[in-house]
Amino acid sequence: MNISLILQMAADADPERIGLVCDGRRWSYGALHRAARGAAKAFATSDCTHVALLDESSEAAAIALFGAAMAGIPYVPLNYRLADADLAALLGRIAPAFVIGDADRAARLSPEQGHTIVSRAGFIVEAERLADTEGELDEPTEPIAVQIFTSGTTAAPKAALLRHTNLLAYILGTVEFGSAAPEEAAQVCVPPYHIAGIAALLSSIYATRRILLLPAFDPDAWLTLAASERATSAFLVPTMLGRIIARMDVVRRETGVAPDLSALQAIAYGGGRMPLELIEHALELFPQTGFTNAYGLTETSSTIALLGPEEHRAAFRSADPAIRARLASVGRPLPTVEIEIRDADGLALPPGASGEIYVRGDQVSGEYRERRALDAEGWFPTRDAGWLDEEGYLFLGGRADDVIVRGGENISPGEIEDVLRTHAAIADAAAVGVPSVEWGEAVCVAVVARPGHDLPSPDALRNLIKERLRSSRVPERILAVDALPHNEMGKLLRREVRKLFSGGSQGPTH
Amino acid sequence: MKPGAKLKSAVCDAEVIVIRGSDVVVECGGVAMALDRPAERAAINPAFAGGTLLGKRYVDAAGTVELLCVKPGQGSLSIGGAPLDVKAAKPLPSSD
Repeated sequence: MNISLILQMAADADPERIGLVCDGRRWSYGALHRAARGAAKAFATSDCTHVALLDESSEAAAIALFGAAMAGIPYVPLNYRLADADLAALLGRIAPAFVIGDADRAARLSPEQGHTIVSRAGFIVEAERLADTEGELDEPTEPIAVQIFTSGTTAAPKAALLRHTNLLAYILGTVEFGSAAPEEAAQVCVPPYHIAGIAALLSSIYATRRILLLPAFDPDAWLTLAASERATSAFLVPTMLGRIIARMDVVRRETGVAPDLSALQAIAYGGGRMPLELIEHALELFPQTGFTNAYGLTETSSTIALLGPEEHRAAFRSADPAIRARLASVGRPLPTVEIEIRDADGLALPPGASGEIYVRGDQVSGEYRERRALDAEGWFPTRDAGWLDEEGYLFLGGRADDVIVRGGENISPGEIEDVLRTHAAIADAAAVGVPSVEWGEAVCVAVVARPGHDLPSPDALRNLIKERLRSSRVPERILAVDALPHNEMGKLLRREVRKLFSGGSQGPTH
Repeated sequence: MKPGAKLKSAVCDAEVIVIRGSDVVVECGGVAMALDRPAERAAINPAFAGGTLLGKRYVDAAGTVELLCVKPGQGSLSIGGAPLDVKAAKPLPSSD
């Protein structure tokens, strides 16, 4: 089993059909497949142990991904936003690699590691040239398709390994081959080093759905591409959706005309917490659009649970609080995966009880270059906290490492944040545990006011939490901030929030 | 055969990948499939000439065998003479 099958099948089915559009160039499945074969020949003759991409999204990402698979060499998309020292360390861990993209930077950071370094343009030209040369490729035997370095919040980044079998299990379990109608076009703006960027290429090519690649996200560029290419679907992280909606409001005010998103039938989102009021606003603004919330991890080959379009509308319309609440859930597990909530001793918990999310299925790798994280029965501990409702809808409660342990009691930051976000004057909130002599950890909260609103008094917020939760959840300190720190994928950086409370006064700051 | 193996038709261009199932003989066009294609094509059995379609998944009645067609052909698939059926797609909303 090899993921190159995906591109091979699309090229066999309809070689002339346009599969990818990037920077004005339109790639047919046949042309992509030829370039991937040429790339595979370049990789196979280079003596590299890894194929690395150090670049924004472009056709080079697809050609390198499938070319590496054909050559039987793991593909490693690198985060070009990393600092020089961190990136140099990762380049050292994959040497000697065939590095594509920012050639100057790669050469400067790793001059004597035996890398083969080429620019994006040089790579494309060479791949297309080699496609027509003599020589067959050997049948690939390498089991690892993709290696992704995790962001590494506390220690060195881990090298997560995704096998061909994992990625194919995900694609075959979720996508019907060739199922896209001719007009379908998926707009992709997630970076290539993120699992969502890999999954987007695999899913759309297997569905023979045209990919509209946006190399770097910007609301205006996104709106322009969606209108000119008539995008029918898009994947966004919540921060991007918020910026697009804000930009649409401005364009409408300034020009009197709303940007043309008339072809857009579906928006999928994931990769970070979606503020409830943002998804509610989006559902009102795009009444004809199907929204899908996806939850997944690098180690699970992307999506393991999703909340589909009908479930969004049903929750949005419902007067039943339990059904309405599902708008804040990540939906139900895929039919091909199992999810369990377990306590600290590893025992399965009933619906409603919060614990660590465990997942099992063929798409779940749970494997790093350094170690395997699966237990004896094949379950992967996600380190995400959460709970399931009676109907099996999964609710996330933050990272298990983020659980606040106050006086021996486990507190999920999510439950406090959810309550605070229900207040009309609060746009966003983050709860963290800060070392405390008295409690071990004290609950501290950073809040962001909604524009045009004054923050409620600290006592009013404490009362709100006390009424809705328990007194142990009441924060010791409440800090007003202009914005919460998020990474480029919209993930809250809790370690940065914790720093806000280090070394300050003991009393309420706000 | 075992999961991951690629089986080739002896009568046409069809190729399938084994998704599920072990140690059974799959026929295409009425003739046993194998890891390698024979040098000379065998004759297709007209009773198994309905064709195998690219990208379709084929299952036996018991649900123990599942095959993905990665190259189409004129022969149709069977096990022990019992035709395999196309597995119905259960569409999921795209989340990528």
